[in-house]
Amino acid sequence: MTETVGTPILELPPAEGARDQHMVLNMGPQHPSTHGVLRLVLEIDGEIIVRLYPEIGYLHTGIEKTCEAKFYQQVVPLTDRIDYLSPMANNLCYSLAVERLLGLEIPEKAQWMRVLLSELTRLNSHLVWLGTHAMDIGALTVFLYTFREREDILRIFEDISGQRMMTSYIRIGGLAMEPPLDFFDRVQAFIRTFPEKIDEYSNLLTGNPIFRSRLKGVGYLSPEDAIALGVTGPPLRASGVDFDLRRDMPYSGYEKFQFNVPVSTDGDCWARYEVRLIEMRESVKMIQQALDGMPEGPIKADAPKIVLPDREKMKTQMESLIHHFKIVTEGFAVPAGEVYQGIESPRGQMGYYMVSDGTAKPYRVHMRNPTFATLQALETMCKGRMLADVVAVVGSIDIVLGEIDR
Amino acid sequence: MAAAQKNSIIGRAAVVERLPNHPAVKALLAWNSDAFVDAKFDRGELTLTVAAEQVRAAAATVQAAGYNFFEDVTAVDWFPATPRFQLSYHIVSHVHKERIRLRVLLDGESPAVDSITPVWPSANYYEREVFDLFGIRFEGHPNLRRIMLPDDWQGHPLRKDYPVEGYR
Repeated sequence: MTETVGTPILELPPAEGARDQHMVLNMGPQHPSTHGVLRLVLEIDGEIIVRLYPEIGYLHTGIEKTCEAKFYQQVVPLTDRIDYLSPMANNLCYSLAVERLLGLEIPEKAQWMRVLLSELTRLNSHLVWLGTHAMDIGALTVFLYTFREREDILRIFEDISGQRMMTSYIRIGGLAMEPPLDFFDRVQAFIRTFPEKIDEYSNLLTGNPIFRSRLKGVGYLSPEDAIALGVTGPPLRASGVDFDLRRDMPYSGYEKFQFNVPVSTDGDCWARYEVRLIEMRESVKMIQQALDGMPEGPIKADAPKIVLPDREKMKTQMESLIHHFKIVTEGFAVPAGEVYQGIESPRGQMGYYMVSDGTAKPYRVHMRNPTFATLQALETMCKGRMLADVVAVVGSIDIVLGEIDR
Repeated sequence: MAAAQKNSIIGRAAVVERLPNHPAVKALLAWNSDAFVDAKFDRGELTLTVAAEQVRAAAATVQAAGYNFFEDVTAVDWFPATPRFQLSYHIVSHVHKERIRLRVLLDGESPAVDSITPVWPSANYYEREVFDLFGIRFEGHPNLRRIMLPDDWQGHPLRKDYPVEGYR
């Protein structure tokens, strides 16, 4: 079964030019600035980057293969573990894909809750990004501030789903359970104070001359390169391409929300920082809209053969008990077909491509993860820059190795 | 579940008749209507099947028609059916705000297809991933190497004849 493969990176001929002076430097996979286990092989001339190759796969666990051996509803907890900083985005994308295969209508309250939770997840993810990115650059304090607010969000997640990080709260056909009584008050309390906290981070960083000079003009990416290299999300918008799936190809009721999509034309690390800060403010607005306009009604679709019944009904109604037993032991058959569901995750365009052959297990699940593609642009952004800029650029594209390697 | 397929249009002739002004359909017909083999509109998604040897030219054609952003390519193994492999390219248009799927069917015996990296450099990692996990070769790829698994790995795990637990 062996096949001839391409050239390993260390055996590639050196770049044109001053060959003797070039040095190959290995960065990672245990380097603290790589946010996981990313290995970068750098070819450097003095301190200037000549070539850069990301080596990935250290966290590859074969999730796509595992999905094929599970029932549809059993895949939901796996999706949390792909991108552990934005679990709700993964849950949502997977659920939307299966619901489209099934042709299932989702009640309005569930859709609004999903938007609310997606935006909370975006805040959660951006807070981790901001803290660790600033810490890489040397501004250690911000990390302590952002993790203070992140803790509040994780407590809200724990309140609603029973889990801090691996939430699995968005399920096929709606949500796992009714939100607890104090949920909306807690979110409201968080949202009321959060804009001030963003000002606080901004005060610490935006005027900081060291932070500025480490990011301004570093890691430039032109809009043409961004599109050619598959960059999505905040880095794409920081390069001047005005495209956001939430607004341009809405899903899960996003069309009912008013929000701005921040765009910058600078294309450097600083622009990515600014775009993400504004995105956090826009997310706060959307959460407020979701809280104000939250409709009444059920949170699960009316499909007893697909959605697990409430605990109460299960104990009192024979039929619910049978449905519960059937779903848990046999799963539910999904009509044959294929769908690709894209959403705007905190890191960019995420997509789930699902193929069904009409049985209770997915025939094929493929995840399109935003930072997997964004990593291809790393060389373009770093070429010709100093070695220390690699840390700033890697931080600015906000990678999560769990979703790159899957 | 009939609702799911209520609005579907199956077959090339039907798609050409019902969606004659769709930019991608129009562009593919104008380019080479023989290589445009099949089409399907299902669950709000347009799938256009093209001949395997023409995929690079087809990609360039839809790119010129406004589908400017390459999002994803992956494969499906239909083992033991023939043709065994299906490649699905997902392409987004920033102008039309729409996504299309280009589909290519490949035989199971040493599957190979032209790489589309000359059209979209972003396909690089995705094609490496498909090569790694399915063993489909992409001719003209800059450096077709395993990406997830070690270079000396035996077999291609996402093929259906590869056990879920691996070989022990």
